[in-house]
Amino acid sequence: MSLTSLTAVELAKKIKAKEVTVPEATKAALDAIEKREEKINSFVTVDREGALKRAEEVQKLINDKTLTGALAGVPVAIKDNMCTNGMLTTCSSKILNNFVPTYTAQAVENLEAAGAVILGKTNMDEFAMGSTTETSAFGVTRNPWNTEHVPGGSSGGSCAAVAAEECYYALGSDTGGSIRQPSAFCGVTGIKPTYGTVSRYGLIAYGSSLDQIGPVAKDVTDCAAILEVISSYDKKDSTSLKRDDTDFTSALVDDVKGMRIGIPRDYFGDGLDGEVKEAVFAAAKVLEEKGAVLEEFDLSLVEYAIPAYYVIASAEASSNLARFDGVKYGYRTGACEGLHDMYKKTRSEGFGAEVKRRIMLGSFVLSSGYYDAYYLKALRTKALIKQAFGKAFEKYDVILGPAAPTTAPRLGESLLDPIKMYLGDIYTISVNLAGLPGISLPCGIDGKGLPIGMQLIGDCFKEKNIIRAAYAFECTREYRHCSMTEE
Amino acid sequence: MANIISDETIEYVGILAKLELSEEEKIRAKKDMGDMLDYIDKLNELDTAGVEPMSHVFPVNNVFREDIVVNGDDSEQMLKNAPEVKDKSYVVPRTVD
Amino acid sequence: MMSKQYEMVIGLEVHVELATKTKIFCSCSTAFGGAPNTHTCPVCTGMPGSLPVLNKQVVEYAMAVGLATNCEITRCNKFDRKNYFYPDNPQNYQISQLYLPICRNGSVEIQTENGTKSIGIHEIHMEEDAGKLIHDEWGDCSLVDFNRSGVPLIEIVSEPDMRSAEEVIAYLDKLRMTIQYLGASDCKLQEGSMRADVNISVREAGTTKLGTRTEMKNLNSFRAIARAIENEKNRQIDLIESGEKVIQETRRWDDTKEYSYAMRSKEDAQDYRYFPEPDLVPVVINDEWIAEVKSRQPELREAKLARYKEEYGLPDYDADIITGSKRMADIFEAATAICGKPKKVSNWLMVETMRLLKEHAMEPEDITFSPKNLAKLVELADAGTINSTVAKEVFEKIFDEDIDPDEYVQENGLKTVNDEGELRTVIGQVVKDNPQSVEDYHNGKEKAIGFLVGQTMKAMKGKANPAMVNQILKELL
Repeated sequence: MSLTSLTAVELAKKIKAKEVTVPEATKAALDAIEKREEKINSFVTVDREGALKRAEEVQKLINDKTLTGALAGVPVAIKDNMCTNGMLTTCSSKILNNFVPTYTAQAVENLEAAGAVILGKTNMDEFAMGSTTETSAFGVTRNPWNTEHVPGGSSGGSCAAVAAEECYYALGSDTGGSIRQPSAFCGVTGIKPTYGTVSRYGLIAYGSSLDQIGPVAKDVTDCAAILEVISSYDKKDSTSLKRDDTDFTSALVDDVKGMRIGIPRDYFGDGLDGEVKEAVFAAAKVLEEKGAVLEEFDLSLVEYAIPAYYVIASAEASSNLARFDGVKYGYRTGACEGLHDMYKKTRSEGFGAEVKRRIMLGSFVLSSGYYDAYYLKALRTKALIKQAFGKAFEKYDVILGPAAPTTAPRLGESLLDPIKMYLGDIYTISVNLAGLPGISLPCGIDGKGLPIGMQLIGDCFKEKNIIRAAYAFECTREYRHCSMTEE
Repeated sequence: MANIISDETIEYVGILAKLELSEEEKIRAKKDMGDMLDYIDKLNELDTAGVEPMSHVFPVNNVFREDIVVNGDDSEQMLKNAPEVKDKSYVVPRTVD
Repeated sequence: MMSKQYEMVIGLEVHVELATKTKIFCSCSTAFGGAPNTHTCPVCTGMPGSLPVLNKQVVEYAMAVGLATNCEITRCNKFDRKNYFYPDNPQNYQISQLYLPICRNGSVEIQTENGTKSIGIHEIHMEEDAGKLIHDEWGDCSLVDFNRSGVPLIEIVSEPDMRSAEEVIAYLDKLRMTIQYLGASDCKLQEGSMRADVNISVREAGTTKLGTRTEMKNLNSFRAIARAIENEKNRQIDLIESGEKVIQETRRWDDTKEYSYAMRSKEDAQDYRYFPEPDLVPVVINDEWIAEVKSRQPELREAKLARYKEEYGLPDYDADIITGSKRMADIFEAATAICGKPKKVSNWLMVETMRLLKEHAMEPEDITFSPKNLAKLVELADAGTINSTVAKEVFEKIFDEDIDPDEYVQENGLKTVNDEGELRTVIGQVVKDNPQSVEDYHNGKEKAIGFLVGQTMKAMKGKANPAMVNQILKELL
């Protein structure tokens, strides 16, 4: 077994025990990247030199006991929508193809303070808009389990990099399922925390009221440890929350006795793949056998989450992405006649089709005469969806369901029919609308050999419930490495 | 219930969003936007009368900063990202009010 | 010739830059000057991933202005994004308040020749200022400086209650005074810390239906405002008289050419797509907070005016002029507290200070001398240590350089000469040197004595005690 097969927490222990050095671990990851990137393309930027230099520094800090945390010395990959001081940050878009931030996202700073070594920046759907990592301006990322399939998205690069063992863990961001769905497709574990738990400072916004940064890793233990490090109250983010319950690793307990688990019937209806359904039910049974109390219930409003989401996210995106205009940073068109022509050409040449589609939709739903009918209607729907979850969490500690209706689709299939692609987010999107935490973890493999993921949803601030349930389930099975990592 | 998106609407949204679409893109955009709006119209099935629009998911209020200058001058680094710079300023095509 | 009578209906949108040390959403300095973009950070240049955090002082200033203008304070405030593309607007949206502005339904009273009138305030909201666009003389381009980007503004929107330029000026003066007294802004029109956009329509006198209005921008002085209003009134009346229609539009005033032109662009849809700012949380204001802000409210002009008359016995005219500027009033009070001679201090402010301000084309807010030095001067003059001519000379020095008058008088030997022996010697010489004048005096030409006094003063380099000179002269003649 190679070094890169270790989980982040396992590696940190070995580093601490002086069985492995940080430069060794870093080099192992960089070698894996070199070996597999041609097939996977999960990175936009690999900072080989910077990572090796940093590895030496971190090793020293570990040696002199300055760094002692659970992740000290572990190399990480960062989704390319998080700003990194001095390192190219593109959002996988041509319009930011030369942007080098002068500041670092708070979540990444927290990791660095804990002794992380940044390997590079991972590919994503352009501006996190997409569910396949096919809308990147820097080429598609492929699923390490089967390179004919997509890794999911938008954090497809981060999830593929973890699955292909090109890094020990990664950060992703989740606006409508962008951590949980690709985690499911790539057979890894990812958490979308309660809105406000991880600072959004330095995260290039897509839908500001929905965006959250979260961990992607091989197992629940890693995810809890990473989340514990990246969570912080940040005065630079007004929506950041003061929490004193972010000791998430304390929830890594193999005990679900008496835990009330709700299974929404509406998550198991039409459109759900049979094999996925079977695997998720089987996982629920495992938890039941361990003492959890299962109950089916009607969550309601599930079919309204996607239209509400697309109104809100597109509207916010149309405004958030207005700043990309060729004046202050990023791409600017060549020849143009006057200011407005410069704006239009820069943006039309700089943004890809899916981003333009959402900017157009967002501008339209906010435009004069439509605001009430679309935008306010969507905000009211959001309120109802939050209420529905609130009601459910009066009865259950955790809601269990699939992370996505199918396993990873083949490359090129999804973008042909956008609405069908949007429907793929049906189980994850409402969690963002309600600001709740959700975890996605592997629970089986389908007939095509692709991973199946299940999702556990908790009430707001109840990450520990879903971590405990996920950990208890995980304890019953072995982590499945994809075959590529054994080559 | 189908939403028909006119050329004028696409033109207008293009002005708002500062996007210039090719003829081909316009045809696709009209169809996509129409389809999406049809889909979004599903929300009209919901009775939301009396429901307060929820702009913020948690009732967090009054997050402030004290009025103290802490930022220094980072302009040199920041201007490095600008496509065109002159006299420490960002350059844009001539703009008259 | 005009056959019909028309009346104007005018409403104002007044932008005021608040006197905070930092910008509204980031910790950059709001100080004027500085090389381009040196007071900027990722937030106020719209860098991706940056986020705004609200400056609490902005809320308190906005509340203070609202309370002083009899507004209701909105208990739950939110910020909204106003979306439009322009290079001075780094995010291509401005964070403002549309749906829930901080203050509503206020009013202020104005005085004009026609008496007292109440002008309604529709709302006051908080927002961020834009950067500055400079047109490059040499290249075919414009340069953007974001130093002003994110400076906090309040926008005060009046009801369309004004009917003349005179009322507009009175309203603006009232707002300016109130806000200056609150310390919320220095309200300088020329420097742009107070800016007024004027909405004007005309209608036939006696009718109630509103005409189509235009919005006039780029008004940088009270004079420009008055001229632009007259000009726009005549333009609209001409249109109506000639059977044309007034078009609802934004116009820009060119004060040097004394005309306005429409600001129109096919690329501007004027559709701002406002929606709640997701990056900021609501501002909730409770009774305690309002009471706290109220308790810190300084004495406003009306109260000060009454007190000056009562406490210091100042005449109406003096009290009115001195309280006409917060800066003046502050100097008056501080100087009076030191020397205890209110009327004397008032005289220096009313006469010499006003004269010098006018001479230098300065506003009272630009005064830099310290009350302490003015008080010392009052004492010197009052004690007869210097005579009034010298005092004026010394005051000019104080006004220009804020010198210490005690030291200055000492160093330059300006003390009044009260030494009778010395005066007698000098005057004796003057009498001797000017026999013609002496003769004229004896022939009944009273004026001749003035000449002799002048000659004496000249010989004494202005430092002689004038009363003594007069007395000794008469004696010697």
